[in-house]
Amino acid sequence: MSNRRDFMGMALGSFAALGALGALYAAKRTWDPLPSVKSAGFTTIDLSPAQENVLVTEKWRGKPIFILKQPANAPKSDREIHVAGGRYLVVVGLCTHLGCIPAYLADKKQFKCACHGGEFDSLGVNTFGPPPRPLDIPPFKISGTSVILGETGPEYEKMLAAGLTLKV
Amino acid sequence: MAHFDEKAKPFSHKWLNERMAVDTVKKVLSTEYWIPKDINFLWAMGMILAATFGILIISGIFLLMYYQPDVKTAFDSVNYTIMSEVGYGWLWRHVHGVAASVVFLVIYIHMFTGIYYGSYKRGREMIWLSGMLLFVLFSAEAFSGYMLPWGQMSYWAGMVITNLFEGFSPTIAGGVANFPGFVEWLRGDYVPGQAFLTRFFMLHVFLLPLVIIAVIVLHFATLRLPHVNNQKGKEIDFDEAAKLYKEGKKKESKVIPFNPVFLSKDIFVMGVYFILFFYLVFFHFNFAMDPVNFDPADGLKTPAHIYPEWYFLWSYEILRPFNKDLGLIAFGFAQVAFFLLPFLDKSPVVAPANKRGLFKVWFWVMIVDMIVLTVMGKLPPEGIWTVIGLVAALVFIALFAALPFITKFEKKA
Repeated sequence: MSNRRDFMGMALGSFAALGALGALYAAKRTWDPLPSVKSAGFTTIDLSPAQENVLVTEKWRGKPIFILKQPANAPKSDREIHVAGGRYLVVVGLCTHLGCIPAYLADKKQFKCACHGGEFDSLGVNTFGPPPRPLDIPPFKISGTSVILGETGPEYEKMLAAGLTLKV
Repeated sequence: MAHFDEKAKPFSHKWLNERMAVDTVKKVLSTEYWIPKDINFLWAMGMILAATFGILIISGIFLLMYYQPDVKTAFDSVNYTIMSEVGYGWLWRHVHGVAASVVFLVIYIHMFTGIYYGSYKRGREMIWLSGMLLFVLFSAEAFSGYMLPWGQMSYWAGMVITNLFEGFSPTIAGGVANFPGFVEWLRGDYVPGQAFLTRFFMLHVFLLPLVIIAVIVLHFATLRLPHVNNQKGKEIDFDEAAKLYKEGKKKESKVIPFNPVFLSKDIFVMGVYFILFFYLVFFHFNFAMDPVNFDPADGLKTPAHIYPEWYFLWSYEILRPFNKDLGLIAFGFAQVAFFLLPFLDKSPVVAPANKRGLFKVWFWVMIVDMIVLTVMGKLPPEGIWTVIGLVAALVFIALFAALPFITKFEKKA
């Protein structure tokens, strides 16, 4: 520090920078999702009424949730949820490319996204087009014949550990 | 202390001059701000943009008085209240919608004029960069405004565009460029919702217009010293030309003052422009009103075919034919490519593209490619359209990669 003026300048600058950092943090927190938004993020869905190869759409955190009961003769997969003897695909119904809702073509047993042409099979695995990964599996906990979305149970933890889905 | 004449009447010319140097300011900014004579109607696009921006502000003020930024009422406040209850509400909406679309047409003409005549280099780099910054800001302003009617296109455009900020796939480089939490932070929710609508409303009506006005001032300032270019790209001795003009040798001088001479030309072109503009507002406003956006936002139903407004189609088409990660790179490239123009063009020649050998070919291929990209962006991603789109996207990238070599070759010639 060569002189008094430099010192004053640096002191002023440091305090101003500190204040600016504080203000930036406050601005960041203001843009965060509200606690009410976060706490509304739990939904219970009963899987038992679902029928084979008929897509059921539910809503969780504003996002569509696809429930697809797998036919009894369909090959087994790690991506299914087993509830009361039934095998279900439960995924977030948003294309993993940019978030459009794919349509389910029951005759082809395939999901197709109209936005950019992405395709997924009946287990939600991407088979064609720009989607980078299979449809995401929401955090779930099995409770009787229902799943509670938003809570994490051991079955979900296992899928997550096996890299079958991203955390959503 | 400066000398102030005690006897000067308050607010008289002399009184103001002593306090604010109004004569000097007027000279610098208007009556002695010299514009070359050798120009054409394309030089009026800047003032047309300024006027259109003014119209957007005025029509926006009236829309703001009845618009409600609430996910439950936004759609009706636009499509019912403003359109059928508010006296002449339809006029402000159609003026605002048409101006938002047409302003991009004029921006593109303004940009391509600059590229054609080489007005982005040799002292004019800051004009180009501040102008490109305005293009980005206008794009953000258009996007945020498109959210407000809270129709199906608003919602799904909001979903798709904010998802771009997720970055690259988690598998790329161990996920360093993957920010899923950032998307939720940007929206303030898991999906576009109330928090999303209110913050984009704030951006659209306050923060972005404020920044745009500041950057317009900067854009004007960057123009003052290098002066506007002319049809032949000639370097003009402005001091000498100004001296001739002030001596009364207006015919011999190569320049005219901004005000009133250049401005009167501008206003003539503006007159022609506004005939077209209001023809669109009153008889063809539908081109700026997408029918899909007349369905209220529904998070459980994606429209069959999502596409942006026409002015974003070319960059959207550059994103579309690739997989997610390559698409993001290509899209990012499309956003910055034009910024880099003054530095990619290695030739010192400032001249119309037609006089610049290979650059002439480059310019026209670029224009045709942008038109092809725009058309393909509107068509569904199927069959041959996907192939043409991919080729056009690759041509766009190749054009900018080839520019330094093309222009270097020109230097030798």
